[in-house]
Amino acid sequence: MLLTLDHLTVHLPDTARPVLDDVSLRIAPGEVVGLVGESGSGKSTTAKAALGLLPAGARASGEVRVDDTDILALTGEALRRHRASTVAMIHQDPRAALNPVRRIGDFLRERGADRARATELLAAVGLSDPEHRLRRRPHELSGGMLQRVIIAGALAVRPRLLLADEATSALDVTTQAEILALLRTLRAEQDAGLLFITHDLHLAAAYCDRVYVMYAGRIAEERTAKALFTTPAHPYTRGLLSCSPTLGETSGTLRPIPGRPPSLYDTFPGCPFAPRCPDAEAPCETWRPEPLTLPDGGAAACRRTPVTAARSTP
Amino acid sequence: MTALALTPVRVRPRRPVGATVAAGFLALVVLAAVLAPLLAPYAPDAIDLSASLAGTTGDHLLGTDSSGQDLLSRVLYGARTSLIAPVLLLAVAALLGVSLGVLAAWRGGWTDALVSRATDVMYAFPGLLFTVLIIAVFGTGMTTSVLALGLAYTPTVAKYTRSLALSEARKPYVDAYRVQGMGGARICAMHLVPNLARAVTGYLVVLFGEALMSLATLSYLGFGAQPPSSDWGLMVQEGQAAIVQGALLPALVPGTAIAAVVVSFNVVGVRAADRLGRQS
Amino acid sequence: MAARFARRLAGFLATLLAASFVIFAAVYAAPGDPAVFLAGGRDKLTPERLAAVRAQYHLDEPLVVQYGRWLGDCLHLDLGRSFKYGDQVADLITSRLATTLELVAYATVLFVVLGVGAGILAAGRQSTWVDSAVVGGTTLAASVPSFVAAIALVSLFGVQLGWFPVTGTGSGFTGTLHHLTLPALSLALGALALISRVTRQAMADAAASDHVEAARASGIPEREIIRHHVFRNALGPIVTMCGLVMAGMLAGTVVVETAFGISGIGSLLVGAINTHDFPVAQAVLLLMVTGYVVVTTLVDLVHPLLDPRVREEARTA
Repeated sequence: MLLTLDHLTVHLPDTARPVLDDVSLRIAPGEVVGLVGESGSGKSTTAKAALGLLPAGARASGEVRVDDTDILALTGEALRRHRASTVAMIHQDPRAALNPVRRIGDFLRERGADRARATELLAAVGLSDPEHRLRRRPHELSGGMLQRVIIAGALAVRPRLLLADEATSALDVTTQAEILALLRTLRAEQDAGLLFITHDLHLAAAYCDRVYVMYAGRIAEERTAKALFTTPAHPYTRGLLSCSPTLGETSGTLRPIPGRPPSLYDTFPGCPFAPRCPDAEAPCETWRPEPLTLPDGGAAACRRTPVTAARSTP
Repeated sequence: MTALALTPVRVRPRRPVGATVAAGFLALVVLAAVLAPLLAPYAPDAIDLSASLAGTTGDHLLGTDSSGQDLLSRVLYGARTSLIAPVLLLAVAALLGVSLGVLAAWRGGWTDALVSRATDVMYAFPGLLFTVLIIAVFGTGMTTSVLALGLAYTPTVAKYTRSLALSEARKPYVDAYRVQGMGGARICAMHLVPNLARAVTGYLVVLFGEALMSLATLSYLGFGAQPPSSDWGLMVQEGQAAIVQGALLPALVPGTAIAAVVVSFNVVGVRAADRLGRQS
Repeated sequence: MAARFARRLAGFLATLLAASFVIFAAVYAAPGDPAVFLAGGRDKLTPERLAAVRAQYHLDEPLVVQYGRWLGDCLHLDLGRSFKYGDQVADLITSRLATTLELVAYATVLFVVLGVGAGILAAGRQSTWVDSAVVGGTTLAASVPSFVAAIALVSLFGVQLGWFPVTGTGSGFTGTLHHLTLPALSLALGALALISRVTRQAMADAAASDHVEAARASGIPEREIIRHHVFRNALGPIVTMCGLVMAGMLAGTVVVETAFGISGIGSLLVGAINTHDFPVAQAVLLLMVTGYVVVTTLVDLVHPLLDPRVREEARTA
C-alpha cells in the first residue's frame, strides 16, 4: 500500500468529539481515490495527516503509513524531507496558497526545480510562454493558470502521492475540466497515487477508481466508483446522490438532506447520521457505527446495511 | 507539530497584579505630593553648602544636590508640579480638542475640512517641535509650556472626538431633540458632549504618561519650570553636572521618579481607559 | 503609479508650504519688535535708526510679502544671520548637520536591529517568557523619557564602568562610534517598543496566511519559510514604521544632544531658543520639519515597491 490510515482518531482541544474518528483508508500505487463529504466532515484533516500535518494542539491515535514509514512518528528533518519528497498537496485556493510577493519562478525553485526544470514543468501543465511566466507574480495570473502553477509545484518533487484538496472547486467549469484532465495525465505519467477530495459525489464517482464518503469525522461508506453510483449502501450516500442534480434528471427528484451536518461540539452515542437519516430506527441512536463488509467488497457503516443494500438495488 | 508557534497575536488579559501595584504606587505619589510639607524633612529650597553632594545619610535619605538641597524633600515637593502640570495641559487640550472635534463632526463641510487640514499641518511637526516653536516665540516658562503642549495635544484629541461625535450624532436621540426644535449648539453642549465624556476621559488618561514625559523633557531643556522650582525634569538637568563627579543621586533620583510614575500610569491607564471605553 | 506619485508630491509640497508658513508667521507674531533688537537695543535708539533698520530688513512690508521673501531666501539657502553669533545661519547649520545625521543614522541602525530583532524573537516564541520579556522590557523602555535614559546610561556605562565617553563627538570612524553609542542608544530606546510590537504583529499576521501553511506542507525548510514567506511579507509595515520613527528622530536629537553636550542642530535649536535667536530657531525648525515630511513621503512611496498587492491596488485605483 502507498498510503495506509489505520484507525486514525484525532482529538482537538476544547471540542466535544474527535475531528477524525476511527478513520481507515488505503491508496495503492497509481490509484485514484476519492474522498467525499460536506465541509467540516474531516476530509482535509484526513489528507493532511498523510503529510504529518495535524492541527495545532491535536492528539492523534492510530496509524498513518506512507509506504512503510510511520508518519506520525516523524519529526524535524525527517518529517520535512517526507513532505518535500514523497507527498505533495494541491490546495483549494491557488491564490491563497501562493505567496503574493514572490515570483512564480521562486515558488518552483524552492521546491527543488532549477530554471530549466521549472520551464519544463510550466510547459507540462499547459502554460504558454513558460520562460516568461517564471518572472510573473501571482496577481498577474488568472485562477486557472495559478492552479496549473500549483500542480507544477506539486509535480516538481516527483511525488508518489498527490493530495488534491478541492483542487478544482474554485474554478469555473471549463477550466475545471481542463485541470482535471491535466491532473489525470500527469499523474499517470509519474504513476503517482491520487487522493481526490471533493464535496461533489458525482464528480468523484466519475473521476476516481474508488471513493470514500465521510460524515462527521467517520468513513460512512467505501466503494468502487461504479458500485457507489449504482448501489449506494449508506443512507447518507444516497442522500448526497439525490440532493445534487445530474444531466437528464428533472428537478422534481432533488431531495435535500434535512438538518445540518454536526459541529465538533455535537456528540452522539450512536450513529452520527441518525438524526438526519430517513431510515433511522430506534437502535440506530445507540449503535456505534463500524464498517460492515458488503457483498461486492466495499463497506458501509450502517446498522441496516444488508437490508437497505438489498432494497436499493435497481 | 511545527518548529515555530506562529499564530495571530491574541490580547491576553493583563495580569491585574501589576495594575494593582502600579495603582498603589500612584496613590502613594499623590499622597506624598499632597502631604509634602508634612513629610519633607527640609524645605525644598533650603541651601546647605556644607552638605553639598552628600550621599545617602541619616540626615539626607536620598542625598543632596550640589547646593546641599535635600533631594527627598525636593522630589516630594516636585511631585506637585510634575503631577498637576500634565493635568492642566490635558485640560487645555480637552477643552480645545473636544470643541473642535464636535464642531467638525457637527458642521461637516468646510468646517470639517479646515479642522482636518489644520490638524495635518500640526502633524507635520514631529515630536515636541510644535511646542518648541511656540516656546521659541512666546518665551520659556511653565505657563507657556503647559499652554503650548496643550495646543500640541489638541489635534489628537480633536481627531478622536470627531470620530466619536460622528457616530454619536447619528443616534436617534439627536434627531429626536432636533425635531423638538432644539438648536445644534444646545444639543451638542447638553447631550452630545456629556455622552462622549467617558470615552474622551479614558483617552486623556492614556495620554497622561506621555504628557508628563513631554513636560519633564521641556523642563529638562530649560523651557519649562524655572529655578528654584523642584520640578523633576528641571532637577535632572541641575543634577546632571554632578554625574561626572561621581554623584549620581541628584540626577537619578528625580529621573527614576519620572520613569516610575510614567510606567505606573501606562500600566494603570490602559486598564482604566478600557473600562471607561467599554461602559460608555 | 504616476498619478499616485504626482498626488503624493502635491500633498508633500502643500504640507511643507503650510508648515513653513506656520513657522514664519509664529515668529512674525512674536511679542517684541525685532527691529529694536536688530538696531542694537533700546539705549541708542532713534526713530530714524529704527525706520532704517525696518526698511533694511523689510520689516515694514505685509506678512505675506515678507513670507514670500523669506521662503525665496530659504530656497537659495540664504537663512539670514544669527542674532547671537552674527554668522550666516546656513554656515552654523552645515557645520553641525553632519554630527546630527550621524547620530540619527546610528540610532536608526540600533533601533532597527534591536527592535526588529526583538519583534522576530517575540513572534517566534509567542506566549512564552521570551515574548513577555520583550513586550514588558520594551514597554518599560518606552516609558522612560530619552533624557532620563541618557543620564542613566551615562551614570552606568560612562561613570561607573567607564566604557564610553560622557560627552563630545570624537574623531575618526571608531572615535565617533564610541562617542555616539550612548546618545544613539538613548535616542533608540524609546522606539524599541513600537518597532518590536509592529514587527511581532506583522510577522504573526504573515505567519497565519495560507501560503505559509502550504509552504510548510511542501516541506520547505523552516528557516526559508521564516525568511522568504513570513519576514518578507511582514516587511511592508515594518519598513513603514521604521521610516516614520527615523523621520521623527531628527526632533529627538534636540533632547539627546543637549543631554550629551553634542553640538549638532538639536542643541543649536535649544541654544537659539534660550537666547531668542529667531533666525537660527526658524531655520532649524524648518530643516527638521522638511526632513520629517520628506522621509514620511518617501516611506509612503516605497511601500508599494515592497508589496506587489499594494502596487496593484494603486494601479487599478
